[in-house]
Amino acid sequence: MTTSTISHNRLVRALLPPAFWLGAWQLGAMAIDAALGGHGNELLLPYPASVAAAFVSLAGTKEFWLTALLSLARILAGMTLGTLLGLALATLTSAFPLADAVLSPAIRVVRAAPVVSFILLVLLWVHRGWVPVVISAMMVLPVVWANLSRGIQETDPKLLELARAYRFSTGRTIRLIYAPCVRPYFLTALSTAMGLAWKSGIAAEVLCLPPLSVGREISNARLYLLVPELFAWTALVVALSLLLERLIARLLDRWKGGEA
Amino acid sequence: MIQIRDLTLSFGDKPVLDRFSLDIPERGVTALSGPSGCGKTTLLRCIAGLESPQGGSVTGVSPARTAILFQEDRLLPWRTVEQHLTDVLPPQRREMVAPLLRLAQLEGERYARPASLSGGMGRRLALARCLALDADLYLLDEPFAGVDLSRARTIMDYLRQLDTPVVIASHEPEILSLAHNIIFFQGPPLKVV
Repeated sequence: MTTSTISHNRLVRALLPPAFWLGAWQLGAMAIDAALGGHGNELLLPYPASVAAAFVSLAGTKEFWLTALLSLARILAGMTLGTLLGLALATLTSAFPLADAVLSPAIRVVRAAPVVSFILLVLLWVHRGWVPVVISAMMVLPVVWANLSRGIQETDPKLLELARAYRFSTGRTIRLIYAPCVRPYFLTALSTAMGLAWKSGIAAEVLCLPPLSVGREISNARLYLLVPELFAWTALVVALSLLLERLIARLLDRWKGGEA
Repeated sequence: MIQIRDLTLSFGDKPVLDRFSLDIPERGVTALSGPSGCGKTTLLRCIAGLESPQGGSVTGVSPARTAILFQEDRLLPWRTVEQHLTDVLPPQRREMVAPLLRLAQLEGERYARPASLSGGMGRRLALARCLALDADLYLLDEPFAGVDLSRARTIMDYLRQLDTPVVIASHEPEILSLAHNIIFFQGPPLKVV
């Protein structure tokens, strides 16, 4: 197979899924349009072109980018906080069985409870601007904790015995044995947590309406039945989430490459 | 003299060491030989302080000053050959990296990772890493498994010249013939023949 055939195949493979779904969307919108006799389809399922027009119109304003940036900052802050807390708790519960017995049920409750309950509860405790940060952190924490705990538990006991026999310090044991063994679990946790952080963070913004937030704009779009705008803001969230996921994957790949 | 007295250890209801006693000379290479599973590895692990015997004592060396080569290589897949040595060498002994790589005949593999080493190379690296430790006693469990005889002889010559006592568990007659002392065992429970 020639190089040009391979790159052509790659291009087709990359373009086919979005083209398929855009086509399905367009057909769906046309079907609804036909069923309603050309009235009201923008409320149920706007055309892709209408959403694109709404997106372009929004993207021309400074507020749009500021809103996107602030929501991104809130989600990233929550993600970072949840990851750090998850790491600290996984270390604590792995090292001390008593801490595990005390903390594990609480972390499991956080994982199982509906996010809306937490959003409304946290809204009573902290300023509404901070709710998305706290909620994202709360959703990320159990995922990071569970994955890291599993990674720590599954670290090869023979390598840990080697570290003891060869008189590695605790720091060296963490750096040379635990960190590389736990890394795949950490990468999986980050990838899962990123999606959760976005979903829960934006849901918190929708319910708490902090100024200059994507969630507030989604809520407004829903309130004033601006469905193309609603789709455009949602598209922004999806795009940012995917972009961030890619960015993290690339950074972690580089980290992995540097260590491996 | 390293004195082992009345060492007793059972795994479940299977006694591996039953009031076992032995003297190991303070210098030279002492080879321990015996059938697989007779208890040689357990004995080495007890001397290194990695097992908690139900009774008995080991005097003449502190577990904290022993270096053990495990039966498996236990290499770190994410570290290079050189890093395996620098990870265990104290800063004041870093100049030992080159001689140890030469001894293990791994000078050309300095930046290689374990996945790209052959079985014999991996064993030689594990052995070099063990010898990089600053110790009063080296306990080497099957150090030449998978290592060709000419290379094993070169390393045995080095071990014979060390001031530190070396205990080797091995089956190979060629290796045994190069040791200063040979002790034959049978078991379990471990007994000197």
